[in-house]
Amino acid sequence: MAAGLVRMVCGSFGPGPGPRGVALSSSTAAVAKAVSLSGLKPLPEKVKIVEVGPRDGLQNEKTIVPADVKIRLIDMLSEAGLPVIEATSFVSPKWVPQMADQEEVMRGIHRKPGVSYPVLTPNLKGYRAAVKAGAMEVAIFGAASELFSKRNINCSVEESLQRFEEVMSAAREEKVPVRGYVSCVLGCPYEGSVSPSRVAEVAQRLYSMGCYEVSLGDTVGMGTPGGMAAMLEAVMREVPVHALAVHCHDTYGQALANILVALQNGVSVVDASVAGLGGCPYAQGASGNVATEDVVYMLHGLSIHTGVDLPKLMDAGSYICRSLNRRTSSKVAQASCKL
Amino acid sequence: IHLSRRSHCMRGQIATGPGLSGSSWSTELFPDFVKIVEVGPRDGLQNEKEMVPTEIKIQLIDMLSQTGLSVIEATSFVSSKWVVQMADHNEVLTGINKSPHVRYPVLTPNIQGFQAAVEAGAAEVAVFGSASETFSRKNINCSVEESMQRFEQVICAARQACIPVRGYVSCALGCPYEGQVHPAQVTKVAKRLHELGCYEVSLGDTTGMGTAGSMAAMLRAVMAEVPIHALAVHCHDTYGQALANILTALQMGVSVVDSSVAGLGGCPYAEGASGNVSTEDVVYMLHGLGIQTGVDLAKVIEAGDFICRALKRPTNSKVSQATSRSQPSFNMCE
Repeated sequence: MAAGLVRMVCGSFGPGPGPRGVALSSSTAAVAKAVSLSGLKPLPEKVKIVEVGPRDGLQNEKTIVPADVKIRLIDMLSEAGLPVIEATSFVSPKWVPQMADQEEVMRGIHRKPGVSYPVLTPNLKGYRAAVKAGAMEVAIFGAASELFSKRNINCSVEESLQRFEEVMSAAREEKVPVRGYVSCVLGCPYEGSVSPSRVAEVAQRLYSMGCYEVSLGDTVGMGTPGGMAAMLEAVMREVPVHALAVHCHDTYGQALANILVALQNGVSVVDASVAGLGGCPYAQGASGNVATEDVVYMLHGLSIHTGVDLPKLMDAGSYICRSLNRRTSSKVAQASCKL
Repeated sequence: IHLSRRSHCMRGQIATGPGLSGSSWSTELFPDFVKIVEVGPRDGLQNEKEMVPTEIKIQLIDMLSQTGLSVIEATSFVSSKWVVQMADHNEVLTGINKSPHVRYPVLTPNIQGFQAAVEAGAAEVAVFGSASETFSRKNINCSVEESMQRFEQVICAARQACIPVRGYVSCALGCPYEGQVHPAQVTKVAKRLHELGCYEVSLGDTTGMGTAGSMAAMLRAVMAEVPIHALAVHCHDTYGQALANILTALQMGVSVVDSSVAGLGGCPYAEGASGNVSTEDVVYMLHGLGIQTGVDLAKVIEAGDFICRALKRPTNSKVSQATSRSQPSFNMCE
């Protein structure tokens, strides 16, 4: 490789700097197979990225985008190689007006073979509407904090799990896979610290009721690597690591460090949001979801395979930011943008 | 710690996430203490578009001196022809209220700078080498070898005056001109600086393009030649990788981290992009890991707020953004 060329690992990228002069990290031969960093467990060779921008991202943006923009975004994300793209949410538009066009979006997207398009279904009613609109995978959201559950979905954690049982039964019968989420795994905006054992309890319930995967969410982004490790240690006693994902918020800038720790502990599924869409509703002006571009950049620099084409992903990010009339929250995208 | 609904961390009672709960993962892998080298007043302000008056610089440094930081890079004795933001180096160094618990290194690119620094009362200096030839030529107009010879002069003079010298290696994880930089190149320069007499060598990811993978590879190479206690990392957050890179360095035994209050100092190689990692965000992570720093995070946030108001720009620190109750409006005409 000639000096001056920076090769993009694991992307559909030729030699040389990428478009717009993007300087991409390149792992050296010594770390070619994502071997362990300083004697820790080896990092996974592959990581599945679950793209939550169209749902979690847009749901938390002030500007509401029309269905055709959402559809175009999802189609661009499909082209970028993401294997899972959370498309929309079947909650009542009374609560989440941003997702009122749920049916139109589901019907309008071009479904790429091999890509899943899960949708949120908070209850049986939402589930039925989702399946009717063509959903082939759904997701349910639990919380590790009682107060958060009450304030967010107006019921206790136990009550929410009972609602989910109904969804699980129906989904099981119809062979629709269900993904579970646990909010507040590293802290709650109302309760403060959350015990790892509580997180493990909720995660175990979701897993044993039939969720094929449980995504552990640092809802307020206050977690740090030590807390992430402690929480995972507790959860992994109850749920096998291959069924775990992390959903980190970057509100305190800790997301990538937390994700790295999760990888070091065997997690190989990471949620992220294109352009870091979705601010933190609990701290005005603060960032929320970690940007998919920044996660992919790190993973590729670690020689971890994601299947994602970073330049195409960045195109999707630029597109949605233009539509939202806002600046990207992705540092990789900012770095590559020559103003 | 009570968390309010609107801002889940109150100033002065900054939550640092859940504790370690006795997790063996954390306690085994990290240093007990990490020294933070605050580079905001020099590296930060040097790379800000807005020029800051001397009294503001002095006030910033004085505020930082009260935060528990033990090293604050105060200014740079380079010619004001090249770095106009640092033209007031004499006034700054003589004007600050030096705390007995803090060291105030200054940059000295050559013997003239060193002599001027000593005359102004400097008790510690720093020299900046590069792992990339092209970067060296473009940045300081000479080859790496020529720069080493200049530094040798500085280090000799410093030794005679019993003044410690810190070395920096730029482009440790990549170069804006050459692209990839081989760990062997970094090792060569780091080793040279250490052998010449630098008590510490700070390895800088100048473009921020490094990742945990390239950090690990580079450190493995350098650690084979320079003792770990003499190494520091200086990470830029241009690609959002800084904290993950710092975490990696800590896991490998590094216990000195450079950072810049409020993430001052944009990246000169990518317009609009961020540069230095924010001290606030680093401290938040370290404290969350149970690592001592001696730093009062709330006071650093205050110093960051102060300088951002003076610069009329928002902070780059996510911790600061998350904990601020009211966001000052920077879009208004003043």
